[in-house]
Amino acid sequence: MSAPLLSVDGVTRRFGPETCGVLAVDNMSFDVRQGEFVSIIGPSGCGKSTLFSMLGGLLPPTSGRIAVEGDVITGPHPAVGMVFQEESCLPWRSVIDNVAFPLELEGIGKSERHDRAQHFVELVGLHGFEKRHPAELSGGMRQRVCIARTLAAKPRLLLMDEPFAALDEQTRLLLGDKVLQIQQELHQTTLLITHSITEAVQLSDRILVMTYRPGRLKRIVEVHLPRPRNADVVTSPEFGATVAEIWSDLREEASRGMAASEVS
Amino acid sequence: MSRLLPPAFGVLCIVALLCLLQLAIQAGIVDVYIVPLPTDMLASLPRLVEEEHVIRRFGVTFGETLSAGLLALVVGVALGMALQHWPRMRRAFEPWFALLAAAPLVMAYPLFLVLFGRSSLTIIVIAFASALAPVVLKTIEGFATIRPVLIDVGHSLRMTRAQEFRLILLPAALPEIFVGLRLALIFALINVVGVEFLINLGGLGQLISELSERYDLPGTWASIGLVVIVSILFFLLLDGGERWLRKRH
Repeated sequence: MSAPLLSVDGVTRRFGPETCGVLAVDNMSFDVRQGEFVSIIGPSGCGKSTLFSMLGGLLPPTSGRIAVEGDVITGPHPAVGMVFQEESCLPWRSVIDNVAFPLELEGIGKSERHDRAQHFVELVGLHGFEKRHPAELSGGMRQRVCIARTLAAKPRLLLMDEPFAALDEQTRLLLGDKVLQIQQELHQTTLLITHSITEAVQLSDRILVMTYRPGRLKRIVEVHLPRPRNADVVTSPEFGATVAEIWSDLREEASRGMAASEVS
Repeated sequence: MSRLLPPAFGVLCIVALLCLLQLAIQAGIVDVYIVPLPTDMLASLPRLVEEEHVIRRFGVTFGETLSAGLLALVVGVALGMALQHWPRMRRAFEPWFALLAAAPLVMAYPLFLVLFGRSSLTIIVIAFASALAPVVLKTIEGFATIRPVLIDVGHSLRMTRAQEFRLILLPAALPEIFVGLRLALIFALINVVGVEFLINLGGLGQLISELSERYDLPGTWASIGLVVIVSILFFLLLDGGERWLRKRH
Protein backbone atom coordinates (compact mmCIF):
# COMPACT_ATOMS: atom_id res chain seq x y z
CA MET A 1 0.00 0.00 0.00
CA SER A 2 1.31 3.47 -0.94
CA ALA A 3 2.21 6.08 1.69
CA PRO A 4 -0.63 8.47 2.56
CA LEU A 5 -0.84 11.69 0.57
CA LEU A 6 -2.68 13.36 3.40
CA SER A 7 -2.23 12.39 6.99
CA VAL A 8 -4.35 13.91 9.74
CA ASP A 9 -3.20 13.14 13.23
CA GLY A 10 -5.14 14.08 16.37
CA VAL A 11 -6.39 17.35 14.92
CA THR A 12 -8.46 19.49 17.25
CA ARG A 13 -9.85 22.95 16.71
CA ARG A 14 -11.41 25.06 19.41
CA PHE A 15 -12.93 28.52 18.95
CA GLY A 16 -12.79 30.84 21.95
CA PRO A 17 -11.32 30.12 25.40
CA GLU A 18 -10.81 26.56 26.65
CA THR A 19 -13.48 26.75 29.36
CA CYS A 20 -16.41 28.30 27.50
CA GLY A 21 -15.41 28.20 23.78
CA VAL A 22 -16.76 25.88 21.11
CA LEU A 23 -14.93 22.63 20.39
CA ALA A 24 -15.57 22.35 16.63
CA VAL A 25 -13.30 19.43 15.72
CA ASP A 26 -12.05 16.97 18.31
CA ASN A 27 -9.10 14.66 17.88
CA MET A 28 -9.64 13.60 14.26
CA SER A 29 -7.16 11.18 12.72
CA PHE A 30 -7.29 9.65 9.25
CA ASP A 31 -5.24 9.21 6.07
CA VAL A 32 -6.00 9.69 2.40
CA ARG A 33 -3.94 7.57 0.01
CA GLN A 34 -2.80 8.39 -3.50
CA GLY A 35 -5.63 8.06 -6.05
CA GLU A 36 -8.34 7.61 -3.42
CA PHE A 37 -11.69 9.40 -3.35
CA VAL A 38 -12.66 9.97 0.26
CA SER A 39 -15.76 11.75 1.51
CA ILE A 40 -16.34 13.24 4.92
CA ILE A 41 -19.97 13.29 5.87
CA GLY A 42 -21.71 14.68 8.91
CA PRO A 43 -24.72 16.69 9.99
CA SER A 44 -24.75 20.50 9.77
CA GLY A 45 -22.63 22.01 12.50
CA CYS A 46 -20.30 19.03 12.90
CA GLY A 47 -17.20 21.04 12.00
CA LYS A 48 -16.84 19.83 8.40
CA SER A 49 -16.05 23.29 7.03
CA THR A 50 -13.63 23.98 9.90
CA LEU A 51 -11.83 20.75 9.01
CA PHE A 52 -11.79 21.82 5.34
CA SER A 53 -10.17 25.16 6.22
CA MET A 54 -7.55 23.40 8.35
CA LEU A 55 -6.74 20.85 5.62
CA GLY A 56 -6.37 23.72 3.14
CA GLY A 57 -4.01 25.52 5.51
CA LEU A 58 -6.34 28.51 5.89
CA LEU A 59 -6.90 27.87 9.61
CA PRO A 60 -4.33 26.44 12.04
CA PRO A 61 -5.46 23.53 14.23
CA THR A 62 -5.49 24.15 18.00
CA SER A 63 -3.58 20.90 18.37
CA GLY A 64 -2.58 17.91 16.29
CA ARG A 65 -0.81 17.84 12.94
CA ILE A 66 -1.76 17.72 9.28
CA ALA A 67 0.82 16.52 6.78
CA VAL A 68 0.65 16.61 2.99
CA GLU A 69 3.19 14.40 1.21
CA GLY A 70 5.00 14.19 4.53
CA ASP A 71 5.29 17.99 5.06
CA VAL A 72 3.52 19.25 8.16
CA ILE A 73 1.47 22.16 6.86
CA THR A 74 1.58 25.63 8.39
CA GLY A 75 -0.32 27.37 5.59
CA PRO A 76 -1.74 26.59 2.15
CA HIS A 77 0.32 23.77 0.57
CA PRO A 78 1.15 23.86 -3.16
CA ALA A 79 0.01 20.25 -3.56
CA VAL A 80 -3.49 21.05 -2.32
CA GLY A 81 -6.25 22.61 -4.45
CA MET A 82 -9.44 23.90 -2.84
CA VAL A 83 -12.98 24.16 -4.22
CA PHE A 84 -15.14 26.20 -1.87
CA GLN A 85 -18.75 25.70 -0.91
CA GLU A 86 -19.59 29.20 -2.06
CA GLU A 87 -19.11 29.80 -5.76
CA SER A 88 -15.80 31.66 -6.05
CA CYS A 89 -15.31 32.67 -9.70
CA LEU A 90 -13.69 36.06 -10.20
CA PRO A 91 -16.65 37.93 -11.73
CA TRP A 92 -14.48 40.33 -13.75
CA ARG A 93 -12.71 37.53 -15.61
CA SER A 94 -14.00 35.41 -18.48
CA VAL A 95 -14.31 31.64 -18.01
CA ILE A 96 -10.96 30.94 -19.69
CA ASP A 97 -9.19 33.66 -17.67
CA ASN A 98 -10.70 32.30 -14.46
CA VAL A 99 -9.49 28.80 -15.24
CA ALA A 100 -6.06 30.10 -16.32
CA PHE A 101 -5.74 32.21 -13.14
CA PRO A 102 -3.41 29.85 -11.20
CA LEU A 103 -1.24 29.47 -14.32
CA GLU A 104 -1.02 33.26 -14.60
CA LEU A 105 0.26 33.36 -11.01
CA GLU A 106 2.95 30.89 -12.01
CA GLY A 107 4.05 33.42 -14.65
CA ILE A 108 3.04 31.33 -17.67
CA GLY A 109 2.50 33.39 -20.86
CA LYS A 110 -0.99 34.12 -22.12
CA SER A 111 -1.20 31.79 -25.12
CA GLU A 112 0.30 28.83 -23.28
CA ARG A 113 -1.88 29.27 -20.20
CA HIS A 114 -4.99 29.59 -22.38
CA ASP A 115 -4.05 26.37 -24.20
CA ARG A 116 -3.59 24.58 -20.91
CA ALA A 117 -6.75 26.05 -19.39
CA GLN A 118 -8.76 25.02 -22.47
CA HIS A 119 -8.17 21.36 -21.59
CA PHE A 120 -9.74 21.84 -18.17
CA VAL A 121 -12.61 23.94 -19.55
CA GLU A 122 -13.44 21.00 -21.83
CA LEU A 123 -12.96 18.49 -19.02
CA VAL A 124 -15.75 20.13 -17.00
CA GLY A 125 -17.95 20.39 -20.10
CA LEU A 126 -17.84 24.15 -20.64
CA HIS A 127 -16.56 24.11 -24.22
CA GLY A 128 -18.04 27.10 -26.08
CA PHE A 129 -18.35 29.23 -22.95
CA GLU A 130 -14.69 30.32 -22.74
CA LYS A 131 -15.34 33.99 -23.44
CA ARG A 132 -18.42 34.27 -21.20
CA HIS A 133 -18.32 35.96 -17.83
CA PRO A 134 -19.54 34.23 -14.64
CA ALA A 135 -22.65 36.44 -14.47
CA GLU A 136 -23.80 34.89 -17.76
CA LEU A 137 -23.59 31.31 -16.40
CA SER A 138 -25.84 29.20 -14.19
CA GLY A 139 -24.80 28.30 -10.63
CA GLY A 140 -23.78 24.78 -11.68
CA MET A 141 -21.66 26.10 -14.53
CA ARG A 142 -19.94 28.62 -12.25
CA GLN A 143 -19.09 25.88 -9.78
CA ARG A 144 -17.63 23.86 -12.69
CA VAL A 145 -15.46 26.88 -13.59
CA CYS A 146 -14.15 26.83 -10.00
CA ILE A 147 -13.43 23.10 -10.23
CA ALA A 148 -11.61 23.60 -13.55
CA ARG A 149 -9.59 26.49 -12.06
CA THR A 150 -8.53 24.35 -9.11
CA LEU A 151 -7.63 21.41 -11.40
CA ALA A 152 -5.60 23.71 -13.68
CA ALA A 153 -3.15 24.21 -10.82
CA LYS A 154 -2.55 20.41 -10.99
CA PRO A 155 -3.10 19.73 -7.28
CA ARG A 156 -2.02 16.32 -6.02
CA LEU A 157 -4.89 16.53 -3.52
CA LEU A 158 -8.22 18.09 -4.47
CA LEU A 159 -10.24 19.33 -1.48
CA MET A 160 -13.90 20.13 -2.08
CA ASP A 161 -16.25 21.60 0.52
CA GLU A 162 -19.87 20.82 -0.42
CA PRO A 163 -19.33 22.27 -3.89
CA PHE A 164 -22.82 21.29 -5.03
CA ALA A 165 -24.69 22.30 -1.86
CA ALA A 166 -26.39 25.29 -3.47
CA LEU A 167 -27.57 23.34 -6.53
CA ASP A 168 -30.74 21.36 -7.23
CA GLU A 169 -30.80 17.56 -6.94
CA GLN A 170 -30.68 16.78 -10.69
CA THR A 171 -27.76 19.14 -11.28
CA ARG A 172 -25.99 17.61 -8.29
CA LEU A 173 -26.31 14.10 -9.67
CA LEU A 174 -25.07 15.15 -13.10
CA LEU A 175 -22.20 17.15 -11.63
CA GLY A 176 -21.39 14.14 -9.47
CA ASP A 177 -21.15 12.21 -12.73
CA LYS A 178 -18.76 14.85 -14.06
CA VAL A 179 -16.61 14.62 -10.92
CA LEU A 180 -16.52 10.82 -11.32
CA GLN A 181 -15.40 11.16 -14.93
CA ILE A 182 -12.71 13.66 -13.98
CA GLN A 183 -11.51 11.49 -11.13
CA GLN A 184 -11.33 8.44 -13.39
CA GLU A 185 -9.58 10.37 -16.15
CA LEU A 186 -7.01 12.16 -13.98
CA HIS A 187 -6.77 9.60 -11.13
CA GLN A 188 -7.20 12.67 -8.98
CA THR A 189 -6.87 12.09 -5.26
CA THR A 190 -9.91 13.83 -3.83
CA LEU A 191 -11.33 14.64 -0.41
CA LEU A 192 -14.95 15.71 -0.60
CA ILE A 193 -16.80 17.27 2.29
CA THR A 194 -20.54 16.82 2.01
CA HIS A 195 -23.78 16.36 3.90
CA SER A 196 -25.37 14.39 1.06
CA ILE A 197 -25.27 10.63 1.63
CA THR A 198 -26.09 9.78 -1.99
CA GLU A 199 -23.35 12.09 -3.25
CA ALA A 200 -20.83 10.52 -0.89
CA VAL A 201 -21.75 6.95 -1.85
CA GLN A 202 -21.92 7.73 -5.57
CA LEU A 203 -18.41 9.17 -5.62
CA SER A 204 -16.28 7.67 -2.85
CA ASP A 205 -14.00 4.74 -2.11
CA ARG A 206 -14.26 5.48 1.59
CA ILE A 207 -16.62 7.60 3.65
CA LEU A 208 -15.68 9.08 7.02
CA VAL A 209 -18.77 9.65 9.14
CA MET A 210 -18.49 12.48 11.68
CA THR A 211 -20.39 13.00 14.91
CA TYR A 212 -22.37 16.13 15.70
CA ARG A 213 -20.51 18.75 17.75
CA PRO A 214 -17.78 18.27 18.69
CA GLY A 215 -16.86 16.77 15.31
CA ARG A 216 -15.21 13.41 15.87
CA LEU A 217 -14.66 10.50 13.55
CA LYS A 218 -17.53 8.11 14.20
CA ARG A 219 -16.82 5.40 11.68
CA ILE A 220 -15.23 4.69 8.32
CA VAL A 221 -17.40 3.04 5.65
CA GLU A 222 -15.73 1.32 2.70
CA VAL A 223 -17.76 1.60 -0.51
CA HIS A 224 -17.47 -1.55 -2.62
CA LEU A 225 -19.40 -0.38 -5.67
CA PRO A 226 -17.50 -1.26 -8.86
CA ARG A 227 -15.66 1.41 -10.84
CA PRO A 228 -15.94 3.03 -13.34
CA ARG A 229 -19.19 4.43 -12.01
CA ASN A 230 -21.69 6.94 -13.33
CA ALA A 231 -24.91 8.55 -12.10
CA ASP A 232 -26.80 5.26 -12.81
CA VAL A 233 -25.04 3.65 -9.87
CA VAL A 234 -27.70 5.21 -7.62
CA THR A 235 -30.26 2.66 -8.85
CA SER A 236 -28.25 -0.44 -7.79
CA PRO A 237 -29.22 -2.44 -4.66
CA GLU A 238 -25.67 -2.18 -3.24
CA PHE A 239 -25.96 1.57 -3.44
CA GLY A 240 -29.22 1.51 -1.47
CA ALA A 241 -27.70 -0.78 1.14
CA THR A 242 -24.66 1.49 1.66
CA VAL A 243 -26.84 4.60 1.86
CA ALA A 244 -29.03 2.85 4.49
CA GLU A 245 -25.95 1.84 6.46
CA ILE A 246 -24.63 5.40 6.57
CA TRP A 247 -28.03 6.86 7.30
CA SER A 248 -28.40 4.64 10.36
CA ASP A 249 -25.11 6.12 11.62
CA LEU A 250 -25.96 9.67 10.70
CA ARG A 251 -29.54 9.66 11.88
CA GLU A 252 -28.56 9.71 15.53
CA GLU A 253 -26.07 12.56 14.92
CA ALA A 254 -28.51 14.58 12.84
CA SER A 255 -31.18 14.20 15.56
CA ARG A 256 -28.70 15.43 18.16
CA GLY A 257 -27.92 18.39 15.91
CA MET A 258 -31.59 19.18 15.47
CA ALA A 259 -32.30 18.88 19.20
CA ALA A 260 -29.37 21.19 19.97
CA SER A 261 -30.54 23.79 17.48
CA GLU A 262 -34.08 23.68 18.92
CA VAL A 263 -32.74 24.22 22.44
CA SER A 264 -30.64 27.19 21.37
CA MET B 1 -23.78 48.42 -35.37
CA SER B 2 -26.44 47.16 -32.94
CA ARG B 3 -24.21 48.43 -30.10
CA LEU B 4 -24.51 51.98 -31.40
CA LEU B 5 -28.26 51.82 -31.90
CA PRO B 6 -29.43 52.56 -28.31
CA PRO B 7 -27.21 55.67 -27.85
CA ALA B 8 -28.24 56.87 -31.34
CA PHE B 9 -31.86 56.46 -30.32
CA GLY B 10 -31.19 58.46 -27.14
CA VAL B 11 -29.65 61.35 -29.11
CA LEU B 12 -32.55 61.21 -31.55
CA CYS B 13 -35.04 61.56 -28.69
CA ILE B 14 -33.25 64.67 -27.39
CA VAL B 15 -33.28 66.18 -30.89
CA ALA B 16 -36.99 65.34 -31.19
CA LEU B 17 -37.67 67.02 -27.82
CA LEU B 18 -35.81 70.16 -28.97
CA CYS B 19 -37.87 70.18 -32.19
CA LEU B 20 -41.05 69.92 -30.11
CA LEU B 21 -39.83 72.80 -27.94
CA GLN B 22 -39.14 74.84 -31.09
CA LEU B 23 -42.69 74.19 -32.34
CA ALA B 24 -44.19 74.97 -28.93
CA ILE B 25 -42.36 78.33 -28.80
CA GLN B 26 -43.29 79.19 -32.40
CA ALA B 27 -46.93 78.34 -31.63
CA GLY B 28 -46.80 80.67 -28.62
CA ILE B 29 -47.39 77.89 -26.05
CA VAL B 30 -44.02 78.61 -24.41
CA ASP B 31 -42.95 82.24 -23.94
CA VAL B 32 -39.82 83.07 -25.96
CA TYR B 33 -38.67 85.34 -23.07
CA ILE B 34 -38.55 82.31 -20.77
CA VAL B 35 -37.06 79.76 -23.16
CA PRO B 36 -35.45 81.00 -26.37
CA LEU B 37 -35.78 79.10 -29.65
CA PRO B 38 -33.37 76.12 -29.84
CA THR B 39 -32.33 77.37 -33.29
CA ASP B 40 -31.40 80.74 -31.72
CA MET B 41 -29.34 78.90 -29.08
CA LEU B 42 -27.45 77.11 -31.85
CA ALA B 43 -27.09 80.35 -33.82
CA SER B 44 -25.53 82.05 -30.78
CA LEU B 45 -22.63 79.59 -30.71
CA PRO B 46 -20.40 81.29 -33.34
CA ARG B 47 -20.92 84.59 -31.51
CA LEU B 48 -19.98 82.94 -28.18
CA VAL B 49 -16.85 81.52 -29.75
CA GLU B 50 -15.90 84.81 -31.37
CA GLU B 51 -16.75 87.32 -28.65
CA GLU B 52 -16.90 85.37 -25.40
CA HIS B 53 -13.92 83.02 -25.97
CA VAL B 54 -16.19 80.11 -25.15
CA ILE B 55 -13.65 77.46 -26.21
CA ARG B 56 -11.11 78.76 -23.70
CA ARG B 57 -13.82 78.94 -21.03
CA PHE B 58 -14.92 75.40 -21.86
CA GLY B 59 -11.29 74.36 -21.35
CA VAL B 60 -11.09 76.23 -18.03
CA THR B 61 -14.24 74.58 -16.63
CA PHE B 62 -13.18 71.17 -17.95
CA GLY B 63 -9.67 71.59 -16.53
CA GLU B 64 -10.86 72.76 -13.10
CA THR B 65 -13.32 69.87 -12.86
CA LEU B 66 -10.69 67.39 -14.04
CA SER B 67 -8.13 68.67 -11.52
CA ALA B 68 -10.65 68.49 -8.65
CA GLY B 69 -11.75 65.03 -9.81
CA LEU B 70 -8.19 63.69 -10.07
CA LEU B 71 -7.31 65.09 -6.65
CA ALA B 72 -10.44 63.48 -5.20
CA LEU B 73 -9.50 60.19 -6.89
CA VAL B 74 -5.96 60.11 -5.50
CA VAL B 75 -6.71 61.44 -2.01
CA GLY B 76 -10.13 59.76 -1.74
CA VAL B 77 -9.03 56.25 -2.73
CA ALA B 78 -5.97 56.49 -0.44
CA LEU B 79 -8.07 57.74 2.48
CA GLY B 80 -10.78 55.17 1.84
CA MET B 81 -8.25 52.33 1.80
CA ALA B 82 -6.58 53.61 4.96
CA LEU B 83 -9.91 53.87 6.79
CA GLN B 84 -10.90 50.38 5.60
CA HIS B 85 -7.54 49.07 6.82
CA TRP B 86 -7.86 50.57 10.32
CA PRO B 87 -11.40 49.80 11.55
CA ARG B 88 -11.11 52.16 14.54
CA MET B 89 -10.22 55.06 12.27
CA ARG B 90 -13.10 54.07 10.05
CA ARG B 91 -15.55 54.14 12.96
CA ALA B 92 -14.17 57.52 13.98
CA PHE B 93 -14.21 59.25 10.60
CA GLU B 94 -16.74 57.55 8.32
CA PRO B 95 -19.72 59.49 9.77
CA TRP B 96 -17.85 62.74 9.17
CA PHE B 97 -17.36 61.89 5.52
CA ALA B 98 -21.06 61.00 5.24
CA LEU B 99 -21.82 64.41 6.73
CA LEU B 100 -19.38 66.11 4.36
CA ALA B 101 -21.08 64.40 1.40
CA ALA B 102 -24.40 65.94 2.42
CA ALA B 103 -23.07 69.40 3.34
CA PRO B 104 -23.69 72.31 0.91
CA LEU B 105 -20.00 73.17 0.98
CA VAL B 106 -20.38 75.81 -1.72
CA MET B 107 -22.00 78.08 0.90
CA ALA B 108 -18.60 78.35 2.55
CA TYR B 109 -17.08 79.94 -0.56
CA PRO B 110 -16.20 83.25 1.18
CA LEU B 111 -13.97 81.34 3.56
CA PHE B 112 -12.18 79.64 0.67
CA LEU B 113 -11.85 83.02 -1.08
CA VAL B 114 -10.07 84.39 1.98
CA LEU B 115 -7.83 81.34 2.22
CA PHE B 116 -6.89 80.91 -1.44
CA GLY B 117 -7.72 84.23 -3.13
CA ARG B 118 -10.00 84.86 -6.08
CA SER B 119 -8.45 82.31 -8.41
CA SER B 120 -8.90 78.96 -10.10
CA LEU B 121 -7.23 77.42 -7.06
CA THR B 122 -10.20 78.39 -4.85
CA ILE B 123 -12.61 76.83 -7.35
CA ILE B 124 -10.57 73.63 -7.54
CA VAL B 125 -10.26 73.36 -3.74
CA ILE B 126 -14.01 73.81 -3.19
CA ALA B 127 -14.84 71.30 -5.95
CA PHE B 128 -12.27 68.84 -4.55
CA ALA B 129 -13.69 69.17 -1.04
CA SER B 130 -17.18 68.37 -2.31
CA ALA B 131 -15.99 65.52 -4.52
CA LEU B 132 -13.85 63.83 -1.86
CA ALA B 133 -16.53 62.31 0.38
CA PRO B 134 -18.25 60.06 -2.20
CA VAL B 135 -14.88 58.65 -3.31
CA VAL B 136 -13.84 57.91 0.29
CA LEU B 137 -17.21 56.36 1.20
CA LYS B 138 -17.48 54.23 -1.95
CA THR B 139 -13.85 53.09 -1.68
CA ILE B 140 -14.52 51.90 1.88
CA GLU B 141 -17.68 50.15 0.71
CA GLY B 142 -15.91 48.61 -2.28
CA PHE B 143 -13.20 47.00 -0.15
CA ALA B 144 -15.52 46.15 2.76
CA THR B 145 -18.01 44.24 0.64
CA ILE B 146 -15.52 41.93 -1.11
CA ARG B 147 -16.81 38.37 -0.68
CA PRO B 148 -14.50 36.62 1.83
CA VAL B 149 -14.42 33.50 -0.35
CA LEU B 150 -12.51 35.46 -3.03
CA ILE B 151 -9.86 36.32 -0.43
CA ASP B 152 -9.75 32.60 0.53
CA VAL B 153 -9.14 31.78 -3.14
CA GLY B 154 -6.15 34.13 -3.06
CA HIS B 155 -4.80 32.51 0.11
CA SER B 156 -5.34 28.97 -1.19
CA LEU B 157 -3.36 29.89 -4.33
CA ARG B 158 -0.60 31.24 -2.04
CA MET B 159 -0.69 34.71 -3.58
CA THR B 160 1.63 37.39 -2.26
CA ARG B 161 0.07 40.48 -0.64
CA ALA B 162 0.82 42.52 -3.77
CA GLN B 163 -0.74 39.90 -6.07
CA GLU B 164 -3.77 39.66 -3.80
CA PHE B 165 -4.24 43.44 -3.94
CA ARG B 166 -3.71 43.77 -7.69
CA LEU B 167 -5.57 40.68 -8.85
CA ILE B 168 -8.38 40.25 -6.30
CA LEU B 169 -8.98 43.18 -3.95
CA LEU B 170 -8.66 46.05 -6.42
CA PRO B 171 -10.71 44.56 -9.29
CA ALA B 172 -13.38 43.44 -6.79
CA ALA B 173 -13.61 46.96 -5.34
CA LEU B 174 -13.40 48.81 -8.69
CA PRO B 175 -17.12 48.92 -9.56
CA GLU B 176 -17.92 50.64 -6.24
CA ILE B 177 -14.94 53.00 -6.58
CA PHE B 178 -16.22 54.02 -10.00
CA VAL B 179 -19.67 54.72 -8.57
CA GLY B 180 -17.90 57.06 -6.14
CA LEU B 181 -15.94 58.68 -8.97
CA ARG B 182 -19.07 59.29 -11.03
CA LEU B 183 -20.70 61.00 -8.05
CA ALA B 184 -17.46 62.90 -7.39
CA LEU B 185 -17.29 64.32 -10.91
CA ILE B 186 -20.95 65.39 -10.77
CA PHE B 187 -20.32 67.11 -7.42
CA ALA B 188 -17.10 68.67 -8.74
CA LEU B 189 -18.72 70.04 -11.90
CA ILE B 190 -21.71 71.49 -10.00
CA ASN B 191 -19.34 73.23 -7.61
CA VAL B 192 -16.94 74.45 -10.29
CA VAL B 193 -19.74 76.03 -12.33
CA GLY B 194 -21.50 77.29 -9.20
CA VAL B 195 -18.42 79.01 -7.77
CA GLU B 196 -17.43 80.41 -11.18
CA PHE B 197 -20.92 81.89 -11.28
CA LEU B 198 -20.76 83.22 -7.70
CA ILE B 199 -17.30 84.77 -7.79
CA ASN B 200 -17.59 85.79 -11.45
CA LEU B 201 -14.36 84.14 -12.52
CA GLY B 202 -13.07 81.96 -15.33
CA GLY B 203 -15.09 79.42 -17.24
CA LEU B 204 -18.63 78.61 -18.31
CA GLY B 205 -20.16 79.51 -14.92
CA GLN B 206 -18.97 83.08 -15.24
CA LEU B 207 -20.19 83.23 -18.83
CA ILE B 208 -23.67 82.07 -17.77
CA SER B 209 -23.69 84.73 -15.07
CA GLU B 210 -22.62 87.48 -17.49
CA LEU B 211 -24.91 86.54 -20.35
CA SER B 212 -27.93 86.24 -18.07
CA GLU B 213 -27.22 89.68 -16.64
CA ARG B 214 -27.15 90.99 -20.22
CA TYR B 215 -30.49 89.23 -20.90
CA ASP B 216 -28.77 87.26 -23.66
CA LEU B 217 -31.09 84.29 -23.26
CA PRO B 218 -30.00 82.19 -26.29
CA GLY B 219 -26.37 82.64 -25.21
CA THR B 220 -27.17 81.72 -21.58
CA TRP B 221 -28.99 78.58 -22.62
CA ALA B 222 -26.29 77.63 -25.11
CA SER B 223 -23.68 77.96 -22.31
CA ILE B 224 -25.78 75.75 -20.04
CA GLY B 225 -25.83 73.25 -22.91
CA LEU B 226 -22.02 73.39 -23.00
CA VAL B 227 -21.90 72.53 -19.27
CA VAL B 228 -24.00 69.46 -20.08
CA ILE B 229 -21.44 68.58 -22.77
CA VAL B 230 -18.60 68.83 -20.19
CA SER B 231 -20.56 66.42 -18.02
CA ILE B 232 -21.09 64.01 -20.93
CA LEU B 233 -17.36 64.12 -21.70
CA PHE B 234 -16.53 63.12 -18.11
CA PHE B 235 -19.11 60.36 -18.23
CA LEU B 236 -17.51 58.94 -21.40
CA LEU B 237 -14.03 59.32 -19.92
CA LEU B 238 -15.00 57.33 -16.80
CA ASP B 239 -16.82 54.69 -18.79
CA GLY B 240 -13.80 54.16 -21.01
CA GLY B 241 -11.48 54.17 -18.00
CA GLU B 242 -13.51 51.56 -16.18
CA ARG B 243 -13.71 49.31 -19.23
CA TRP B 244 -9.97 49.61 -19.82
CA LEU B 245 -9.16 48.75 -16.20
CA ARG B 246 -11.56 45.77 -16.19
CA LYS B 247 -9.91 44.37 -19.31
CA ARG B 248 -6.49 44.56 -17.67
CA HIS B 249 -7.50 42.33 -14.76
